[in-house]
Amino acid sequence: MQREMIEARKPPVLSVGFIGWCREKLFATPTNSLVTVAILYGLFSLIPSFIQWAFVDATWAGASSSECSSEGACWAFISSRLDQFIYGFYPQELSWRVDLFFIQLAAVLAWLMIPVLPGKKYSLAYGLIVMPVTSWIILAGGLLGLEPVDTHDWGGLMVTLVLAMYGMLASLPIGVLLALGRRSEMPVVKTFCTVYIELWRGVPLITVLFMASVMLPLFVPEEIVFDKLVRAMIGIVMFQSAYMAEVVRGGLQAIPKGQQEASDSLGMGYWQSMCLVVLPQAIRLVIPGIVNTFIALFKDTSLVLVIGLFDLLSIVQAGLNDPAWLGTSTEGYLFVGFVFWIFCFGMSRYSQSLENNRQEH
Amino acid sequence: MLNMDNNKDALSPVIEVSQVNKWYGQFHVLRDINLKVMRGEKIVICGPSGSGKSTLIRCINALEEHQEGQIIVDGTELNRDLKNIEKIRRDVGMVFQSFNLFPHLTVLENCTLAPVWVRKESRAEAEKTAMQFLERVQIPDQANKYPGQLSGGQQQRVAIARSLCMNPEVMLFDEPTSALDPEMIKEVLDVMTELAHEGMTMICVTHEMGFARTVADRMIFMDDGQIIEEASPETFFSNPASERTQQFLGQILSH
Repeated sequence: MQREMIEARKPPVLSVGFIGWCREKLFATPTNSLVTVAILYGLFSLIPSFIQWAFVDATWAGASSSECSSEGACWAFISSRLDQFIYGFYPQELSWRVDLFFIQLAAVLAWLMIPVLPGKKYSLAYGLIVMPVTSWIILAGGLLGLEPVDTHDWGGLMVTLVLAMYGMLASLPIGVLLALGRRSEMPVVKTFCTVYIELWRGVPLITVLFMASVMLPLFVPEEIVFDKLVRAMIGIVMFQSAYMAEVVRGGLQAIPKGQQEASDSLGMGYWQSMCLVVLPQAIRLVIPGIVNTFIALFKDTSLVLVIGLFDLLSIVQAGLNDPAWLGTSTEGYLFVGFVFWIFCFGMSRYSQSLENNRQEH
Repeated sequence: MLNMDNNKDALSPVIEVSQVNKWYGQFHVLRDINLKVMRGEKIVICGPSGSGKSTLIRCINALEEHQEGQIIVDGTELNRDLKNIEKIRRDVGMVFQSFNLFPHLTVLENCTLAPVWVRKESRAEAEKTAMQFLERVQIPDQANKYPGQLSGGQQQRVAIARSLCMNPEVMLFDEPTSALDPEMIKEVLDVMTELAHEGMTMICVTHEMGFARTVADRMIFMDDGQIIEEASPETFFSNPASERTQQFLGQILSH
């Protein structure tokens, strides 16, 4: 018989805390241990030498690749040409206008994304309607006493962001309309939208861009001079909106028919029930798909290099041809990859936070 | 029972369905349906599943289209004219078996959405009306919750309040208690009974025969897309004329 109470004891050291976690998660079975060791070995053999190359032995400033140490990365290529990578050939004395465009974009995004800031409705309206107009005025000029700057002089990160911003802002609403059209009961609308979607989805973006830049001018009268950048933009929007339409359609199909019937029975018209009842639910459902399309769109903007537009990737590539900077292509591509990754990762995180918000109710 | 204080309209039909036929493809779902509903009248429609009773009331607010015959609601003929359809839908409320509340909106927003956008009421006005109706269905304290946070019975009561906020002339109930757990059926039926006593014109498709007995002015039995029997509840339950009605009642009242 137990005469004395058993005192609470601490758990064995090997089952809790860091050691316990390692035993359970990293070395639970022989295979598990083997995989852990192999991956850690791989990381240990790669990461230190990468850090050595990219940071410790790197050269951060200089005027040509001959000034760079042969052991480390030649970041001087990036730092000496950073202005060009960001502003392209935009006149230097006017580069504040590009900065203004960046600041506006960043401010609208911050307003939208930081949960505590009030007036999300206004920020959305500003971002969707006002920002595209003001951005164009700021960058292209010719209005309000701003000196006109031809789009031939645009380049670098700025072109990438311009293409991505207009592409996203236009492809979502057009995609929504196409998705609604494809579900329409009017045969003409339905057929048009279905054909449109299937046509654009079945063509590679490069072909679309070539068409926009080379073939379109053959078909339209010579007097109508379409800006090359605008043509590329239209091509990207046409292409991505077809993808967007299918993403949104997936969401629409997940909404029960009863929602539409309930809003019908309350006397709401088609656009009212779509905009107030069906779409808000459908779009929330497909946020991951929409962001996925946005990320693809963002990266696909780099394809405009095939029609001779200088986005971030092609301006860096052009810089690599400079005899002064021979042998710096690794640094160049790493830099481009890093910049693209920052933006795409940001979008991905934002979509996750939106999804978490949604799950709250 | 007719409300005599009500005006001249008291004796005119608010819904007139004459010679209505409907097909789903080749399948003849509604056959020569004739039905007049007086203002303030409560009608209960019952019948086996697939008999066309839901289809009939869904034709009255044009959720389904009829191919032959005429439906007139409150003086407006239901035809392909979208204006007429939208007017009729504003005047006719409907409660569904599966509630169909809008899950992305709060209870209060569910109730104010249509008044604000369809009837162009101010938000404050619509919210005031909505709170009155939520009090009548006894859930004012849930106004700021989302539908997903409520029980089935509560959701159905919100759905009733949502329809009432449009100030309808007629309420259609499409098996409003069929998706509910037994202990929640009563709270919904109580709300419906109270509504009936206040003089609302109601057409209910339901199998709740206790409710039918206390509330209905007229019982309708449907089978195979036709109205088989139409009678006062007393006659209907004690002395049904058709054999099929007797069989049906025998089946649902036996347990």
